Amino acid sequence: MVQKSIETKHYEERASFFDDLTRMGRLSRRGFLHIAGVSAGIAAAKGLIVPQSFQLIEIAQAAEATAPPFTIAYVSDTHLYTRNVNDRFIRSAVKAVEDVNALDPQPDFVLFGGDLAQLGRREELDLGAQILKDIKAPVQMMVGEHDWFLDLGEHWQSLFGPPQYSFDHKGVHFVTLMSVHEKDFWTARGMTPEERMQTVAGLDNGIQSRFEVGPDGRQWLANDLAKVDSKTPIVIFSHSPLYKYYRNWNFWTEDADEVQAILSKFDTVSVIHGHTHQLLLNRIGNISFYGLLSTAWPWPYAPEGLPKLTVQMNRADPFNAFDGCGDGQLNVLASGMIDKVYNLWNRNPVTVQASYLSSSGAKDRPLATTLSSY
Amino acid sequence: MRAHRLALALSFAAWPALAEDALPRHQLPASPNGNLVVGLCDGETSIEIKGVKPGDPMTREQGQQIADTLMQEWRRKHPGAEWVVAAADPPPNAPAANASAENQFQTYGAFTERDQQIWKESTDRLVAEGKRIFHDAKALGGTNAVSCDMCHPDASNTHPETYPKFQVQLGRVALLRDMINWCIENPVRGKPFADDDPRLKALEAYILAQRKGIALDYGKH
Repeated sequence: MVQKSIETKHYEERASFFDDLTRMGRLSRRGFLHIAGVSAGIAAAKGLIVPQSFQLIEIAQAAEATAPPFTIAYVSDTHLYTRNVNDRFIRSAVKAVEDVNALDPQPDFVLFGGDLAQLGRREELDLGAQILKDIKAPVQMMVGEHDWFLDLGEHWQSLFGPPQYSFDHKGVHFVTLMSVHEKDFWTARGMTPEERMQTVAGLDNGIQSRFEVGPDGRQWLANDLAKVDSKTPIVIFSHSPLYKYYRNWNFWTEDADEVQAILSKFDTVSVIHGHTHQLLLNRIGNISFYGLLSTAWPWPYAPEGLPKLTVQMNRADPFNAFDGCGDGQLNVLASGMIDKVYNLWNRNPVTVQASYLSSSGAKDRPLATTLSSY
Repeated sequence: MRAHRLALALSFAAWPALAEDALPRHQLPASPNGNLVVGLCDGETSIEIKGVKPGDPMTREQGQQIADTLMQEWRRKHPGAEWVVAAADPPPNAPAANASAENQFQTYGAFTERDQQIWKESTDRLVAEGKRIFHDAKALGGTNAVSCDMCHPDASNTHPETYPKFQVQLGRVALLRDMINWCIENPVRGKPFADDDPRLKALEAYILAQRKGIALDYGKH
């Protein structure tokens, strides 16, 4: 069987759909009904609700395979308010859950990338937990600053457990880092917990501290990795990017250099991060970095500091509430590297092959955008 | 009454300063008889108006006479000088910020550093008010806790320099304010602002201030 990427399939399906439309112009009504019936049959056979490709592919087993390939799906940055305040973000989160549940075959597990809540409130987190319960596959949780800074993680941890943990899956060592600690900026200012949360929730204020894993977190990471062989593929889940992108918006991890140094002894490292709400790619040393999409809203690219390897996603259409948002998959290859699928709602999906970042942009560059940032 | 106003106008240098700072001030000598003293706008010359107390009504003729007398007194002090040129000289102790020998000079541009500071503070206040509203869902009149900064940190991706332009989604040419109001109605779920709403003006001020130095490029997509 010929292996095709999710993107190729999508384009082929679209091309054949438009070919049918073109032919239809010359067809009798009987001919039209025939084509309509055939396409509906295809859609039904695939179990598709909408004619869009969410089909997973089988990844070709490389000759030097050390572990079976598998797929992880992700949902991130849902920023939920309670239903009486704002139902749009809730509808987006539910849409992402439906996307993930429609995947066939199902992913091995689903990563939630942090910022479940908008203002860290108990009701918001409870609502989020309830929505995520509908996901059929197991869910791995990551915490974001919007979940944390009202009660400093108390309620989030009561729902989901410790924010920092590691596990092994099919030969890959996974680590979820708590990377949104901030040095105390609130006590000296006499802020209430609500004011502290509101300050952290704003991107463009200079008051809050920058994100960090912190000395304890770094020590924990070093200890966790001490027993792992350097040939073992490492995948790090982190809410903040684990590198320094744009300080003014806290697209930033203050102790990124120290964390990268801890990861430098491994041959294959991928960092999957939330927070930035955009198609974002970077490669530093042996580490490939992939940003996750948000279901709530896209952030613009920062005015400076954008990693050179990032292929920008198209500017978001403000007239479409779902545009620039989405979810996606991480296809973990036999080598332990990752092909990342950005499932942008209402757009063509973008697949970033592992080889693009590992070749520092020399190979397999994803398609460019027609509308780059202003 | 009109003539009285004229006299006041002539003594404008003696008006109380707007702020308590030590602005140059024309100290008019007091009349021993309690008569009205009128100062000239050179900041130095003054005359006592015999038989007129401060606040008394005067005729236009009296006013004209006062003006003529002041001018005569000034000409006596500055024989051969042209009034027009002399009036353009900046008052003592308030050197014009841009008064250099190389500049063409006129009174209109003779503002001081203090003037510029006041103007900057006033403008920045409007920008700061815009920033506040931009970050505050309630001030925007929103109903779903969404504020502008959630998608546009530092007003990024608002590109005010590209308006007016044909907004494909609206099917017509739009100004920045049309898009501000569109966002207020849709993602923010509020009511659009009237054209003269101070909140709309403040938002425009903030958004434009974030793009200082960017070339205007109307119609750009």
